[in-house]
Amino acid sequence: MDKFTTLTGVAAPMPLVNIDTDMIIPKQFLKTIQRSGLGKNLFDEMRYTQDGKEIPDFVLNQPAYRNAQIIVAGDNFGCGSSREHAPWALLDFGIRCVISTSFADIFFNNCFKNGILPVVLPQEAVDHLMDDARKGANARITVDLESQTVTASDGTSFKFEVDAFKKHCLLNGLDDIGLTLEKASAIDSFEAKNAALRPWA
Amino acid sequence: MAPRTLYDKIWDDHVVHQAEDGTCLLYIDRHLVHEVTSPQAFEGLRMTGRKVRAPEKTIAVPDHNVPTTQGRENPAQMPEESRIQVAALDKNAKDFGINYYPVTDVRQGIVHIVGPEQGWTLPGMTVVCGDSHTATHGAFGALAHGIGTSEVEHVLATQTLIQKKSKNMKVEITGSLRPGVTAKDITLSVIGATGTAGGTGYVIEYCGQAIRELSMEGRMTVCNMAIEGGARAGLIAPDEKTFAYVMGRPHAPKGAKWEAALAYWKTLFTDEGAHFDKVVTIRGEDIAPVVTWGTSPEDVLPITGVVPAPESFTGGKVDAAKRSLDYMGLQPGQKLTDIAIDTVFIGSCTNGRIEDLRAAAEILKGKKIKVKRAMVVPGSGLVRAQAEEEGLAQIFIDAGFEWRLAGCSMCLAMNPDQLQPGERCAATSNRNFEGRQGRGGRTHLMSPAMAAAAAITGHLTDVRELMGETV
Ligand code: SF4
Repeated sequence: MDKFTTLTGVAAPMPLVNIDTDMIIPKQFLKTIQRSGLGKNLFDEMRYTQDGKEIPDFVLNQPAYRNAQIIVAGDNFGCGSSREHAPWALLDFGIRCVISTSFADIFFNNCFKNGILPVVLPQEAVDHLMDDARKGANARITVDLESQTVTASDGTSFKFEVDAFKKHCLLNGLDDIGLTLEKASAIDSFEAKNAALRPWA
Repeated sequence: MAPRTLYDKIWDDHVVHQAEDGTCLLYIDRHLVHEVTSPQAFEGLRMTGRKVRAPEKTIAVPDHNVPTTQGRENPAQMPEESRIQVAALDKNAKDFGINYYPVTDVRQGIVHIVGPEQGWTLPGMTVVCGDSHTATHGAFGALAHGIGTSEVEHVLATQTLIQKKSKNMKVEITGSLRPGVTAKDITLSVIGATGTAGGTGYVIEYCGQAIRELSMEGRMTVCNMAIEGGARAGLIAPDEKTFAYVMGRPHAPKGAKWEAALAYWKTLFTDEGAHFDKVVTIRGEDIAPVVTWGTSPEDVLPITGVVPAPESFTGGKVDAAKRSLDYMGLQPGQKLTDIAIDTVFIGSCTNGRIEDLRAAAEILKGKKIKVKRAMVVPGSGLVRAQAEEEGLAQIFIDAGFEWRLAGCSMCLAMNPDQLQPGERCAATSNRNFEGRQGRGGRTHLMSPAMAAAAAITGHLTDVRELMGETV
């Protein structure tokens, strides 16, 4: 997993609430057995017509946002399914950070496993950044994970909260499985205890 | 010890390790696997030379992609990409030695129906699956939730999950349901009341007389949609109905182990005075048969209602509602019962169990459909076999329904069962998102009885009228 430390980039405004995982990556693209290559189908049904032509109005098709690395989104981003194809598609497109007032639980976790930082901020802060994002490619937003701040192009800075363990893993690009396997003896003793306590399980 | 909730108890019994910041390593008793969210996880194991730690606790079944038409064991029936995914699961199950129900096995079906049916899901367990509707298993008093593919790989390799504890939320449904009102109406009404983010950060315990009065099938329907309310999981404390359902299932404990299990299961309830961070109470008598009108599961209204005006909402929801109505092809003020239906889909992990098929067949008996097409997709091969034995299949076929093989089918339309653009469907599944049942397809969610009612009238219908109930 790639580290996440600081990021300065163009942010795409997507004020719609409840952007769900079916919108982020429609199910016809879940048939892959790989993690890569999904970026071209990110937001497919909002981004292309049925015959595959780009819809010019869609934010990521506008010249200013074609290389966006950040999305500023409406409430409850990523609701719906557990498909990790959603963060894979975002990452493959080049998105490393999503900012919203709230995220769906599974999507939120999946982001951290893939080097994407989901940032939760209060409504006023998201509104401010949304306005900033609307200014296009000249307004670049800076996200600093170490200091837990998001800074708008006008210099206004917002502090965000992040789980200490998740922050540590993201800053260092650590693989969860490797970390857990270091605790193999704790798992062994749990299993031994459990076999006596709940033998049917 | 301070009084604990059911969630607290299950959690406490599964903590392998707790870090200073509260992050826990939680032991996983059952890991369910399907073909769509697992290939990259198995690939990860291969790349790192890791094994599946507990293959005997890992159960795999293909369900999302599989065709539901006869002759499907012939690979030529499947589009290339689906075939590759199902073949990958075949191979991974074999290579890693995990329990497996291939499409040719009568026990194959939707993973959340197969788990309980085979007795893999038991009270007090932790159950995970790379699928958000894992919450279904909470009906047994198991802590069950969806995980992403990276976590699937983590559980395969370590039989644990890194978790922070959620908060406790209680949803109480008091009193009894009125005739024509079902578990689906409860769960949709709760989401209608709390919104799709109302449960975010919580594990919900459903309780109250109306929940106790539900069958196990109904309880699974309620917990299934906890995720649509944003919750990590939904739980219902086990009781005699739970134990009766579990007893004798192939993987349920037997003999002395059964007795020991039963004694433990009887301790699985929320203690008097335990703390809930959020409480929602709904009167069972107040719940009506409901349908969704929009493209979010929170867009719920009693069937007696009218399509709402976007301006009646606040904040970002105004635009979202406008977009929904445009997508759904509906006008504010239109009576819900005037909405004509093209297609009826009965099935999914929400409502693909035997009781659901019975409820629909009851309405359909001796009637003919007035929609363009209607299909029943039983949740498992065993549900299908039982429905045939009970004569339900014949009722569906006589009414004009297609009688399909088990799978997810038109719930998410990854297989050939899809809506055409603009096609309007009365569905018993759980998601009405844009494009969910096929690009441009329009989904109205409802109970099996309500879907059956729509099938025979050709429009959204209050099932109570067909039952001779006064509203
Ligand atoms: S039936 Fe639908 S919701 Fe259930 S597991 Fe299958 S696709 Fe998911």
